[in-house]
Amino acid sequence: MNARPLTLSDAVAEFVHDGDTVALEGFTHLIPFAAGHEIIRQGRRDLTLVRMTPDIIYDQLIGMGCVSKLIFSWAGNPGAGSLHRFRDAVENGYPHPLEIEEHSHAGMAVRYQASASGLPFGVLRGYAGTDLSQLSPTIRWITCPFTGEELAAVPALSIDVSVICAQQADRRGNVMMWGITGVQKEAVLSAKHSVVLVEEIVDDFTPHVNAVVLPSWTIDAVSVVPSGSYPSYSEDYSERANDFYAQWEGISRDRVAFHAWMTNHVLETKDHAAFMESLTAIGVTT
Amino acid sequence: MTEVAEIDTALEWTSDEIMTVVAARELTGEMVCFVGIGLPSKAAILARATHAPNVTLVYESGCIGAKPDRLPPSIGDGVLSRTADAVVSVPEIFSYWLQAGRIDVGFLGAAQVDKRGNINTTAVGEYDRPTVRLPGAGGAPEITTSCGTVIITLRHSARAFVEKLDFVTSVGHFEDEELERQRARHGHGPQVIVTDLCVLRYQPSSREFEVTSLHPGVSVEDVLAQTGWPVIISDDLEETAPPTKEELAALRRFSESSAHSR
Repeated sequence: MNARPLTLSDAVAEFVHDGDTVALEGFTHLIPFAAGHEIIRQGRRDLTLVRMTPDIIYDQLIGMGCVSKLIFSWAGNPGAGSLHRFRDAVENGYPHPLEIEEHSHAGMAVRYQASASGLPFGVLRGYAGTDLSQLSPTIRWITCPFTGEELAAVPALSIDVSVICAQQADRRGNVMMWGITGVQKEAVLSAKHSVVLVEEIVDDFTPHVNAVVLPSWTIDAVSVVPSGSYPSYSEDYSERANDFYAQWEGISRDRVAFHAWMTNHVLETKDHAAFMESLTAIGVTT
Repeated sequence: MTEVAEIDTALEWTSDEIMTVVAARELTGEMVCFVGIGLPSKAAILARATHAPNVTLVYESGCIGAKPDRLPPSIGDGVLSRTADAVVSVPEIFSYWLQAGRIDVGFLGAAQVDKRGNINTTAVGEYDRPTVRLPGAGGAPEITTSCGTVIITLRHSARAFVEKLDFVTSVGHFEDEELERQRARHGHGPQVIVTDLCVLRYQPSSREFEVTSLHPGVSVEDVLAQTGWPVIISDDLEETAPPTKEELAALRRFSESSAHSR
């Protein structure tokens, strides 16, 4: 079945449920911030979040109490500092304890690939000598049946819904993204359901170097959300709001300041356009 | 990341600047370099802007042959993808490029490092109840074992240079000699650590990092005071060649243009 056009609000209501395992993927570029905000507005709870590089949007979801478990490989605010809500959850159990399952990037990438390939596990030459391999039940060792080499095995990810951003969809719901495309193709093909936020719908795709196209029938819903990746970026549509990432350090460090910001800009805005207006209103250049 | 703003007027460069310049000098010729976030990225860009224009920069975001002319705040910045020879997926960068042995040198930062070049970027304190939770492994565990060699760069302090890591995120050199022999089939591990005080090189004879070069104005006592184990000082201890005008000019040029682009 081809992708259906849905508003982001309807897509989240239909495909993201309490207790689900959800991947909002993106590697610096094309991070689906608008979807994370909508999940917070709709008050989802007990989510297991998956992401190689959890950044501000995962910090917000964790701080707002939506998340019970995080599967990841690098949790930080690149070039700006820490994820203070993530750290508060891990270090102090606030707003509640956060279970973590962590890997290296190579391990997470292989877990996505295995899942996208319909295999129960994947193999890599990795983790040798690391403490992670000692404590994680999701890292085991296997012997290559052909060469005898000992290699690491990691289980496929089991994802209920993946949400990504792409630049464009066509009229039939095929989507195209270019620039840094991270692990988004594997995230979509790993999940039972998928939602794609796009900048716009076009009649026909213009070829781009290094573009990735996902056929309509691999996607459940397409939502048109201009600047849906803000403060991340969408190559050829927007620039990364590096100042916002720097300012998040101050907002997220303090529990009260964090909650006030989330209330003003997410809980009390009805959608992404209103969120963007709320930032413009306080002088933030979007 | 806060920059050290104070400039020692006698020396005319900051301790961060000499660290970046000296780290950059480790990249030469046509090396293919897997670049970590932060200080390594700055040094790698400086190398390309000065003595090593033919070095190939590879970023874990999938950008191969990126040619940034300013410091990207993250490894997924548009300046990397727009200037790259190829942009591949993240699973591909780790499997076809890193794991398959196509990278000459890995360039990493660290929160904590020990005498064997093992790295902690996971947690300070107990893993289950850390006093400081750090970002985690990222690409480092496989970068340290799959690249031909590894350069580590970080600021020198007793909190960073520790006798025993709270968590071994990435292995530098194995304590077990048989494991160390096995790993050599795929890569030789960290060979140099460049700090804001000195340069340490791995010595196979002692199987430890030894201080081989002190930056101008730094004493052995300074280094010992900021190192959490009785670090070996090389018999052939040298003084680091100071930054040249050209190196400093290039570094300040792109640092400034990065600030303006934000």
